[in-house]
Amino acid sequence: MFEVPLLTPVSPGSAPEGGEVTNIQSGWRLGLRSFTENKLAVMGVGILLFFVLFCWAGPLVYHGDVTVANIVQSNSPPVQGHPLGTDQDGFDVLGQMMVGGQASLEIGFLAAVIATVVGTLWGAIAGLAGGLIDGIMMRIVDVILSIPLLFVVLIVGAKWGSSVVSLALIIGIFSWLVPSRLVRGEVLTLRVRDFVAAARAAGARQSRLVLRHLIPNALSVVVVNITFQVADAILLVAALGFLGFGLNYPTFDWGDQLSSGTSYLLDGYWWQIYPVGLCIVLTVMAMNLIGDALRDALDVRLRRR
Amino acid sequence: MATYLIRRAATSVIILFGISVLAFWMLHVIGGPPGRAVLGLRASQASVNAWDKANGFDRPVPFQYLTYIGQLLRGNLGQSYKLNESVDAVLAQHAPISAYLSGLGLFFAIAIAFPLGIYQAVKRNTLGDNLATTAAFITYSMPVFLLGLLLIQIFAITLPIFPVGAPAAVSQNSSLMGAIADPRAMVLPVATLTMVSVANYSRFMRSSALDALAQDYIKAARAKGLPERLVLLRHLVRNACLPMVTLIGLSIPLLLAGNLITENVFNYPGLGIMFINALQNEDYPVLLAYTLMGGVLTVIGNYVADIALTVADPRIRLA
Repeated sequence: MFEVPLLTPVSPGSAPEGGEVTNIQSGWRLGLRSFTENKLAVMGVGILLFFVLFCWAGPLVYHGDVTVANIVQSNSPPVQGHPLGTDQDGFDVLGQMMVGGQASLEIGFLAAVIATVVGTLWGAIAGLAGGLIDGIMMRIVDVILSIPLLFVVLIVGAKWGSSVVSLALIIGIFSWLVPSRLVRGEVLTLRVRDFVAAARAAGARQSRLVLRHLIPNALSVVVVNITFQVADAILLVAALGFLGFGLNYPTFDWGDQLSSGTSYLLDGYWWQIYPVGLCIVLTVMAMNLIGDALRDALDVRLRRR
Repeated sequence: MATYLIRRAATSVIILFGISVLAFWMLHVIGGPPGRAVLGLRASQASVNAWDKANGFDRPVPFQYLTYIGQLLRGNLGQSYKLNESVDAVLAQHAPISAYLSGLGLFFAIAIAFPLGIYQAVKRNTLGDNLATTAAFITYSMPVFLLGLLLIQIFAITLPIFPVGAPAAVSQNSSLMGAIADPRAMVLPVATLTMVSVANYSRFMRSSALDALAQDYIKAARAKGLPERLVLLRHLVRNACLPMVTLIGLSIPLLLAGNLITENVFNYPGLGIMFINALQNEDYPVLLAYTLMGGVLTVIGNYVADIALTVADPRIRLA
């Protein structure tokens, strides 16, 4: 150990005695550096950026018609003009993958944001309140967590989840439980810390404690979890689409596309199944890679599921 | 220990109560009064209202809940108006077929994931470990149905070793014996479920074994000259398996979800197919009975896992 003279005034720009002293970096900046040094994480970000460009910029330059059916060209294998062939209605598969991906990604991110916001507030309030309120709030979490998410989302989604926003809302509303548990755990350890006691002594109200002190400090857990939430939500929407209870036509996602392609599995129309399947796997893998790297970078000991 | 188990049992009962409230609420809000479902689309609104009134579905919600929970405690899960059968009978018909598939899947998952995780921890950062980690990671990021489709593509279409769907005898008669009589047709569905669970469990088994490997009792066992094989078998395996008991208890909802999707990929007529058929028919009593059953299984599974852990781990038992 060596002593750091904390109060030595150093004029800006001049090197202090004893050589170069690097800036003390914040935890977030250290985390960012360790994240960018992780090759798999950079790859994950790259894949994700690719799909964002593919889905939103792709339709601007590639004209795969997704509104007018062309039965004459149905189920065509890859040919010139249709690099990934066409589906049963003669739509261009590549063009559909771009549009379908928009819905998948939008639902994934929207659902994850909803789940994270609800879960963070719920967990923070429960952890801070303690006692009976905490007990009741956490038993509610236990109850919803006991019921298979897929079942509930299928039942509610089949009734009301026909658009991107409604489906994202339904998934978000039933998947905030894990973040709420994580945040509550963080808050329970944070709330006995001195800076919280200091804020309380200074007369801060509960709302200020939660929003200014507890949530920002519990944020690293939340940020790591949100990437996994996106991955799970994308898988869930795909499963809904595959089972035939996803979005209502003409809106569709990758799962819907895979579902209609599956009818031709035995006919060998591979272009209707595997390219879009690869899109789902790569996107989910990218989110998982980013999440794993963030967890290592922010050094959060938490277990997924 | 007894007080701990009793307290956990009390919490479980509270959670079961919560699950019943949630299931009833969903039945009530999403399904609505069953008059329309019973009498059909052509019945007049007046006769639908009269039916609902005659059967007590116009009473205040808390009273309806009391009737519901009263029936539930007698083991009556309600009536499927679409199938004109009791929900109990519908579940009883499909449950053994699903249990057979899920049971085999879980058995193979444990039989593969536990040794695999320990192998990975012992040989960490070797080629074998990295390959297993990568394979688990890809499987983990893959939708269950895509995995099933890939297996069908490879092992039923490209190389016609196994049949594409479920045993024909099961699909037609929905009988468990049909499934048992045709083990070849079970291979791909069971393999799908197994791979999903192995990807999940082996990650945890690896980290759990890594934690155990760093403990002093492993060093002590090695220092006293115990052969490495015995160090692993006697000291590592037992300790590394403990956290897995809890994980398996917790993974029941995922197991049921995987089962639902796998059954629909392979057209295997268990509870998963029943669920999707009920969803298409808007047969809410069946849907919510299975959802309730899933919740109850999860709560029981967690409780059993806690008991098993208490029995297996002297640190908890004697604390």
